[in-house]
Amino acid sequence: MDLELMIGSLPKLLGAAVITLKLLSVSLIIGLFIGLLFAILRINENVIINKFAYGYSYIFRGTPLLVQIFIIYFGLGQIEYLRSTFLWVVLKEPYWCAIIAFALNTGAYTSEILRSAFQTIKPGIIEAGKSLGISNKIVFYKIQIPIAIRQSLPAYGNEIILMMKGTSLASTVTLMDLTGVAKYIISTTFKPVEVFIVAGSIYLFMTFCIHNFIKFLEKKYSFNS
Amino acid sequence: MELLSFGDTGWGDELFVATLMTIAVSITAMLVGFFFALIFTPLKLSTNKFFNFIGNSYTTVIRGVPELLVIYLFFFGGTGAVMYVASIFGYNEYIEINAFITGAFAIGIISGAYSTEVFRGAVQSIDKGQFEAARVLGLSKFAQFFEIILPQVLRIAIPNLSNVWQITLKDTSLISVTGLVEIMRQSYIAAGSTRDPLFFYSFAAVLYLLLTFLSMKIINRLEIKYSRGY
Repeated sequence: MDLELMIGSLPKLLGAAVITLKLLSVSLIIGLFIGLLFAILRINENVIINKFAYGYSYIFRGTPLLVQIFIIYFGLGQIEYLRSTFLWVVLKEPYWCAIIAFALNTGAYTSEILRSAFQTIKPGIIEAGKSLGISNKIVFYKIQIPIAIRQSLPAYGNEIILMMKGTSLASTVTLMDLTGVAKYIISTTFKPVEVFIVAGSIYLFMTFCIHNFIKFLEKKYSFNS
Repeated sequence: MELLSFGDTGWGDELFVATLMTIAVSITAMLVGFFFALIFTPLKLSTNKFFNFIGNSYTTVIRGVPELLVIYLFFFGGTGAVMYVASIFGYNEYIEINAFITGAFAIGIISGAYSTEVFRGAVQSIDKGQFEAARVLGLSKFAQFFEIILPQVLRIAIPNLSNVWQITLKDTSLISVTGLVEIMRQSYIAAGSTRDPLFFYSFAAVLYLLLTFLSMKIINRLEIKYSRGY
């Protein structure tokens, strides 16, 4: 055990953890909107819209995240047309490519979580809203969405943790996130175990915080209180 | 399409072999995972605090740390660890571990943590009466487990194990960083030499979709087989 290396690498790894958290939070926020949009499309009665939303979530859940990042980072740059549009400003940055891939990926999983939450809402609740003379739109925004969000909290908490682990793939497109820096230190010092312990502990600490935060939210918004 | 032809001009045969490699790594990793689950599930279910702690640490650490970090640990640390063990037995030559073994082992440990959770849940959901009835019937401990408990555990566990399989299959793409030529690595090579990354990575995505689709079909059959009578 090389304690000196462990202590010496801690500041570098903590600095990299900030990048991990940034990647995570930005892609989660975008992903939540994508997820909500596709969950609403999924419960739509129109077959074409429905199938389109299903196809999206099927493709993004059925392929590895690594493939998705590579298609966006290496693949899209190949299209000449894209290079001339304003999109290129975004797509030439590995940071934004990673975020687009993460957001689309977590959006697919989130849409599934929210869809099943929408479908398990008791019809009586919606009927009660309607019989009170509330318009369909307000029933949806003020009754269905809040209940669905509450119901999907535990599953969404898991998704956040999975996504946090997913951000480690940013290191494959040259971003120096926590895993990227850990790999760099390992390959220069050849002390994999020590670096793994420090980097792993930081990840575990983040998992622990997310887990407890979700538990807190669950309690706060539980139906019984 | 010419890019996918078999033979010297296209990448069809290389990608086909790479797909077989992905399947081989996934199955090996899944089996390694079962082996770990077999050790850690009893530990997690144990009433002994120490055993319990070991079982819980395994699943918590592995499920809380990115897969890529675990793979790097094995990729950079595996050779050192094996050589250290070998040096105890007096063997001091350089040992190179095969990328397949490193990868299958790393993914297997990850898959094992998920399998352990699945088996723990399944065993816990079995009615206590089943254990008692098996004992009362005077069956041997061996028969109690293999004839009575295991078939019921499998029935409950199969749907969740199919999720573990999907995760494992997708995780094997990460082994490409160690140089093992599976779908992802082969696409990387092909993309590099033809300068057509969009096509090859999209094709890799199609291959993975095909694999997940086919395995779903097979697992659904298994599910029906094991839930006969329910």
